[in-house]
Amino acid sequence: MSHNALDDSRSVEATRKVIPKLIALWIVTSLIASLLVWFVLGPHLPPGRMTDQAAGAQFDIRFVSTLVPPVLFFIWIFFGYSLIKWRVKPGEDPLAPAADFRGNSKAQGAWYIITTVVVLFLAAFGTYYLVVPAGAGGGEGPSPIWTPGVKNMLQVQVIAQQWRFTYRWPQFGGMETTSIFLPVNTEIQFNVTSLDVIHDFWAYQLGVKADANPDVNNVAFTKTQQLGRFTVRCDELCGVWHGAMYNYGYVVSQAQFQQWATQMETQNAAVTKLLPKYSTTYTPSYAGNGGGYYPPQDPNANL
Amino acid sequence: MAIDYSKATGTGSSSGAPGGGGGGLLKPSIITAIIGGVIGWLVGHWIGNSFTQGYQQVQGSGSNDIAEILGYIGMVIGWFAGLGALNYPIKKMFGAEPEADEPVTEKGWTKYFRYTLDHKTVGVQYLFGMLIYFFTAGLLALAIRTELLSPTYHIWSPDTYIEIVGEHGTMMMMMMTSVVLGPFGNYVVPLMIGTKRVAFPRLEALSFWFTPISYFILLSGLWQGGFQSGWTGYAPLSVQQGVGQDTYILGFGLQGLSMVCASTNIVATIINYRAPGMSWSRLPVMGWSMLSLGFTMILSIPVLIDGLYVLALDRTAQTALLYSGHGGSSFLWENLFWFFGHPEVYLLAIPGFGLVAEIIPVFARKPVFAYKTSAAGFIGLAILSFFVWQHHLFQSGMNPDMRPLFMLTTELISIPTGFIYLVGMGTLWRARIRLTTPMLFMLGVYFNFLFGGLTGVYVSDVPINVTVHGSFFVMAHFHYTIMGGVIFAFFGAIYYWTPLVTGYQLSEKLGKIHFWTMIVFFNSTFMPLFAVGLLGMPRRVFEYAHRLQFLNQWVSVSAYLLGASLLFFAITFVWQLAVTRRPTVRNPWGSRSLEWFVESYPPPAYNFKRVPVVLSWPYEYGDANALPVADIVNETKDLDPVGRA
Amino acid sequence: MSKGARATLVVVGFAVALALVVYGVVGWMLHKPPTISAQPSSTPGVVNVSIQVDGSVGTGPHPSWVGYRVQNANGQWVRTTIIQIPAHSDVHFTVYQYDSGSGFRNPVWDQVAGTVGGVAYLNGKPATYFNDQVGNGIGHSFNVPALGINVPFAGVNGNASNFCTAGPCTMSQLHNTITFDVRTGNPGSFRWQCFVPCGLGFLNGNGGPMTTIGYMGGFLKVVA
Repeated sequence: MSHNALDDSRSVEATRKVIPKLIALWIVTSLIASLLVWFVLGPHLPPGRMTDQAAGAQFDIRFVSTLVPPVLFFIWIFFGYSLIKWRVKPGEDPLAPAADFRGNSKAQGAWYIITTVVVLFLAAFGTYYLVVPAGAGGGEGPSPIWTPGVKNMLQVQVIAQQWRFTYRWPQFGGMETTSIFLPVNTEIQFNVTSLDVIHDFWAYQLGVKADANPDVNNVAFTKTQQLGRFTVRCDELCGVWHGAMYNYGYVVSQAQFQQWATQMETQNAAVTKLLPKYSTTYTPSYAGNGGGYYPPQDPNANL
Repeated sequence: MAIDYSKATGTGSSSGAPGGGGGGLLKPSIITAIIGGVIGWLVGHWIGNSFTQGYQQVQGSGSNDIAEILGYIGMVIGWFAGLGALNYPIKKMFGAEPEADEPVTEKGWTKYFRYTLDHKTVGVQYLFGMLIYFFTAGLLALAIRTELLSPTYHIWSPDTYIEIVGEHGTMMMMMMTSVVLGPFGNYVVPLMIGTKRVAFPRLEALSFWFTPISYFILLSGLWQGGFQSGWTGYAPLSVQQGVGQDTYILGFGLQGLSMVCASTNIVATIINYRAPGMSWSRLPVMGWSMLSLGFTMILSIPVLIDGLYVLALDRTAQTALLYSGHGGSSFLWENLFWFFGHPEVYLLAIPGFGLVAEIIPVFARKPVFAYKTSAAGFIGLAILSFFVWQHHLFQSGMNPDMRPLFMLTTELISIPTGFIYLVGMGTLWRARIRLTTPMLFMLGVYFNFLFGGLTGVYVSDVPINVTVHGSFFVMAHFHYTIMGGVIFAFFGAIYYWTPLVTGYQLSEKLGKIHFWTMIVFFNSTFMPLFAVGLLGMPRRVFEYAHRLQFLNQWVSVSAYLLGASLLFFAITFVWQLAVTRRPTVRNPWGSRSLEWFVESYPPPAYNFKRVPVVLSWPYEYGDANALPVADIVNETKDLDPVGRA
Repeated sequence: MSKGARATLVVVGFAVALALVVYGVVGWMLHKPPTISAQPSSTPGVVNVSIQVDGSVGTGPHPSWVGYRVQNANGQWVRTTIIQIPAHSDVHFTVYQYDSGSGFRNPVWDQVAGTVGGVAYLNGKPATYFNDQVGNGIGHSFNVPALGINVPFAGVNGNASNFCTAGPCTMSQLHNTITFDVRTGNPGSFRWQCFVPCGLGFLNGNGGPMTTIGYMGGFLKVVA
């Protein structure tokens, strides 16, 4: 580091003294802010605690948010100090050389090491909280690799089509409903598929999000732990009514759920008979019946 | 090192655009190009309609994608024929020996409406072209915010609304890739590296003239039923759409060709046309950013063009590559698109950072800190950007075992991004700081991008991604990086180089009003959207929860004020250039960089009388005794830039 | 050019740009199909809405597309899908279905829902569901997600000699008459759509008329 600073305020000696003070200021401000984020903001962060996966997402958001103030304050304090302290003063020659150094191996080395360590830590943190809560509520495709390890989960098939979600219940006679009720304290497997374009099943309060692809079964897991209402929205652009493709669902007691399901089974019995056999995916005929692209000479008309 | 191959010396007096024979209206210009485009469209459309009669799809839908696409292709051919861009290659093809290097000395404003081989003219054409793009797409953004004033009352019909969303996104993403490379890469970088010309002037000119036609085609989609698939154009939705989707394919595809042409030229120019003494270790940071950008574009854009081609095949020839049921897969498009799309978003960040690192030392009177680190940062961003694309597809239903890997690569990108902050902090440390308008904009980039970068960690973390994917959180995140990053840098660069490009000095006072209103209303517009997204509002919706109405209204009002700030810029900028015209002094910012040591502002044809010999690093601001940047500095430093006595 | 001339040019330039923007917005982007109100009936507290569904609307920019028409106070069939009805009242819908039919992509929409009594009347006969796989299939359907309304309209024989080939269709042409009653609640604007994939020539039958307001989707505006 060369040393030909032209005035006192820019000398190495003057700035060397101030660095510990700035670091102290940084530690104090970011500690206060981080504590506020963790304790005051943290419990209110989305998406709530309606399921294990939602609570996990809330913890992750809370943890990452707590790491934000130290970064913000570090940059702000060093930029802010430089801009205030070394702004050109009236009467000063604005074009005169300031200081002549092109790097600082210690500062650069520390920067490379610290950013790398933080980044690797974050990746490990994210991986742990992805794998342990069974995929963290995200869609894992047809062959999930992170599963809750529970047998006899409640199976809920989410069928997206332009522009509504319907729900199919293989454990209740294969009935299909336009509303969704879920029992509390239950491990649930969502099987998400689509009949036309790509949609996305986003049950916000459940901490579940999975794209609905035609001819693909996208599996996501969640475990309900609180009663209440949740919102289902489509989260991949699917055309004109994408913005209106939503409905509400409810997490209810197990007895209420049984009652609702039995009632739905009876009410829908006639139409359930007209539905195709339960399957993880459905391919409506391309031959006009069910929406054609090649009518009437569809080469696959008889598939 | 670069050798001066040009025959002309900058003093030639012949005029005329390439292949220009006659005069007046028939001389190739934008007028003949429009005529050519209309004729080309009619021919293409007629061919399409004539051989597709009886196609079931055409009959059932009442629309004909084949005629539509052939019409546009004919229009593009006619457009370039009308511009005279085809004269040289056709003459060559038939064995004629056309003038090898057409003059670039045309005077007056009409040259801006012609196909010209002067990199400075192309730079100015790009500057105004990109501003028109930006303001059009900005108005569409205000239209979106108008709809979102109310959760349930609708200003636009839902189909119109979603078409506006798609147009806004596509238009912005098309222009953002060229917004620094086009105006400043083409204009300033050749001057910075001391060359009299660029490597491929025809490719460069071609790259600009693709943009007006792609703008027109894309915007015309709004009048043809639009496209409801957004800028991401996910299949099979984009296969299902009407003829408006063809404007997306053609508009985006032509812009892709433009980017390939532009980046090929800039890479070849920087590698081969540096003046003697302009070694790699003296190359301005801006040059490093353009080089990284160029390579990334050349490698990623063809994938987009390929994807669009496949989409066009599905829509016209009725192949089934992008949807299931006949053997295709919608994942193919998602992968092709994001294999381009993720490098693309770094194509937007790299030039912004290049401008920042280039301009800050001038106003800090210090060498750029950790020069090699900044160059390594650009290269690191460029390389890593090819290994992160699946983070857009974390919830897509793909095999999940790659998720931890893509989470890691995505978070690794924070390291080269962090270099840029290291460079900024080191350069400002013990500096002599002037808060001019360009400097304020560069500092604004650091302020804004910090939020964009930090929220990037949320988005890349798979468990958090489950909540924020596809929500307004992501939308706020990338507006912070793109608008808060590259657009702030773009405006700073306009204020910085306008004296060089036009010979006129812009008002500092008006510039600062623009800066402060823009940064306040930018943050006021996009900061609440992080909360809106976390609270559960998906992107691209026209109805949302009532509890989010206040935040959305706040955002909409802020967006109008942000629009007003940008309108203020547009008016004051045009007014100062066209009406008040205050002449600049030589080297108004006291830069050491070579571009300011040309004989006059704007620089003469062929830039320099002779190729300069570079004597020192351009960032020797800290050393009063350093050699000047090149041998021409002493010859030009006392000249008046705008010809005053 | 003098300074004054340049200033004039700049002002004129901005004015032209502004005019283009206003023309684009007002002239095209704000365009919506008209809103048709329900008509009063002889029974107090009950209003009537009469709709016809045409296989080809016959007019406008896309005459070959399928679409809805609603009858206005003068008895004209207006091509629109925006229907205004009063809150907290009984709305009696009469639908004249002129189009041939097919199956649903998802047969769950066979179910009649959200109407008074959960029934709809096909040519006077009540039913709680219509099988889309029998007869002429389902022509179109009327589905209002937020109100839970779903009514399928059975199709007619597309090969009949009096099949309506272009709207507006007349009573002498082949049609099915579907009637149902809806009890409205609080005011609001509720979107509705058709679930039969009837956008012929578009992938999944869901493009064109299915994605354009004024053909196969629109709003039910419930007003106080």
